[in-house]
Amino acid sequence: MKRIYSVLVENRSGVLCKVAGLFSRRCFNIDSLAVGETDDPDVSCMTIVSSGDNRTIEQIEKQLNKKLDVIKVKTFGETSSISRELLLMKVKYNKSNRRDIMETCDIMKAQIVDMSKNMMLIQMCDTPERVQLLISMFKSVSIVEVARTGTLALQKCNETD
Amino acid sequence: MIGADAIIKCLEEEGVEYVFGYPGVAICPFYNSILDSKIKTILIRTEQNAAHAASGFARVSGKVGVCAVTSGPGATNVITGIATAFADSIPIVCITGQVNSALLGSDVFQEADITGAVESFVKYSYLVKNVNDIPRIFKEAFHIANTGRKGPVLIDVPIDIQNAEIRKFAYPESVSMRTYKPTVKGNMAQIKKVVAELEKAKRPIICAGGGVLLSESEKELRTFVEKYEIPVVSTMMGIGAMPTEHPLYFGMVGNNGKPYANRAMNESDLLIMVGARVADRAVNQPDLITENKVLIHIDVDPAEIGKNVGPAIPLVGDAKHIFKDLLEQEFDCEHKEWVDCLREYKKMMMPNRNPDPNYVDPAGFITMLSEKMQEDGIYVADVGQNQIWSCGYHIVKNGKFLTSGGMGTMGYSIPAAMGAKLVDKKKQVIAVCGDGSFQMSMMELATMRQHDIPVKIVVLKNNYLGMVREYQHYTYKDNYSVVDLSGSPDLEKLSEAYGMKYLRLENMDHAKKTLDDFLVKDESVLLECIIDPMDLVK
Repeated sequence: MKRIYSVLVENRSGVLCKVAGLFSRRCFNIDSLAVGETDDPDVSCMTIVSSGDNRTIEQIEKQLNKKLDVIKVKTFGETSSISRELLLMKVKYNKSNRRDIMETCDIMKAQIVDMSKNMMLIQMCDTPERVQLLISMFKSVSIVEVARTGTLALQKCNETD
Repeated sequence: MIGADAIIKCLEEEGVEYVFGYPGVAICPFYNSILDSKIKTILIRTEQNAAHAASGFARVSGKVGVCAVTSGPGATNVITGIATAFADSIPIVCITGQVNSALLGSDVFQEADITGAVESFVKYSYLVKNVNDIPRIFKEAFHIANTGRKGPVLIDVPIDIQNAEIRKFAYPESVSMRTYKPTVKGNMAQIKKVVAELEKAKRPIICAGGGVLLSESEKELRTFVEKYEIPVVSTMMGIGAMPTEHPLYFGMVGNNGKPYANRAMNESDLLIMVGARVADRAVNQPDLITENKVLIHIDVDPAEIGKNVGPAIPLVGDAKHIFKDLLEQEFDCEHKEWVDCLREYKKMMMPNRNPDPNYVDPAGFITMLSEKMQEDGIYVADVGQNQIWSCGYHIVKNGKFLTSGGMGTMGYSIPAAMGAKLVDKKKQVIAVCGDGSFQMSMMELATMRQHDIPVKIVVLKNNYLGMVREYQHYTYKDNYSVVDLSGSPDLEKLSEAYGMKYLRLENMDHAKKTLDDFLVKDESVLLECIIDPMDLVK
């Protein structure tokens, strides 16, 4: 089962290491991890996507809460949250496939943000699944480099917010 | 005032009496400042034992134990001691010297990334980067170590920070950390659920872990179980939660525990685990113990509930508060039949040992020793066969039983006993070890002599690493590998070298007299007991 953890932590040096270390020490998976400052510069938000059985999922939350640099842990499933990922991908092109690439980008709502005589830099911001889909669409073209942010997610707005 | 002076002031504010440690250049400002303080320093002979001694001190005093070592190898040596304290949730604060902060990360002489290295063995750690943070950090460290689920905290202080002038020293009166507010009071609705289960149960049992001792709730536990006649078993760390000969106590559980204790736990219909983490040595097959019964798990650390066993009725809080709240609930329960049945099991399932009369029988010897010990004496067991015999045959009356249960660190008993002895020199403190574990910390005999810490030591000598030999006996059909301890020193000469009294016991014939001689005066004595090399704990 996939689970998303939105973890507010003290914005101090070493905290990322402590949280990541917790996952490796206790044999929890990290599918993706993204960190950034929040509106409060003393607080960072880590978005961690993990998976495991019910006991593991509960343990992850409890162990995260136990860390003294962790302020708050929110956890939610994929359906109750909005997830996004940013992708930058450099591909090689030639005359014969240039149109195809542009069409695919169009269909997938990806943008070409930079190019040279034989390279294009494609950007996409979408759900992790669609990002994955775009990458697989370009498997037949020659992908030079891929960089992904990892999933960012927040719980959907609801009446009680 | 410089940083080092400020650290000492913090320790004074916390009421620290002893610092166990080993100096080096990087911690020298600290050890210079401590000369102007009433805090006593104990020069331990290797850093690992500084943490063990602080642990022994903490477990007997209920206060935070403190150790201070230098950077690099000093810091890395102390890790095993810290990990030992972490596994048993013992509150210690460990101060490590560090190289100049401007040089951090450049791999200079005696630099070690100690905060990184101990991360998975500490409750929290600090690297002090600004001298003015010292009062806040120390206040927090002592608070973190000794509240909630207790544990070690490490503070790494670069030498330039120790030497830097502090603007103004003001020790904070309280701690304000938005990320740390442990739950100590149990949720009333959950307490009511526990009561409801107790009213329903026909065969309830309480399994007491180390948490009962850490929260100092032995009295409350006793009052509660006596009021409702609930039988109690314990984990290794829970030994001492109930007096061994209490009519409602049925021994230690686990693969090295009493068969009747395990049977009691298995046959219960309501199992209440208190301050126990259900690790593999206590509960071999966690899934089995929840079969056909309701499990209630009480722990101050919510992460322990459901970690190794479940599902359970969770009750998060400090055992002392919870037993107090439970005692305020009035309810009826009646299980005389169940208790009688357990007493019958106990009679039936008494282990049957056939010791060789040519040797000292460890079981008989330990029982005799505990009978002769002072009521409130402190017994420190090491790790190995000696530990299992100690757990099985030592009789706790009003005193304490200390051992390294979680980590199983050999060599724990002598330094921990020294720390324990310093809490109250009037109390009898006895370390019981094997010849393997003794040799892991025998350098501390010098510390005992130098600082006049009259700990009594029993060495159960069999010339083997007995626990491993026993494992090889069962698992590898007596194909012994690297367990022979020949080459060990002559303990009589060794005692003489350290100016200690020496006694020797070769069989049980003169055990009584030798034990009287061993215990008569408050002095350091080494008693060597020759035990059967082929003896087994099982």
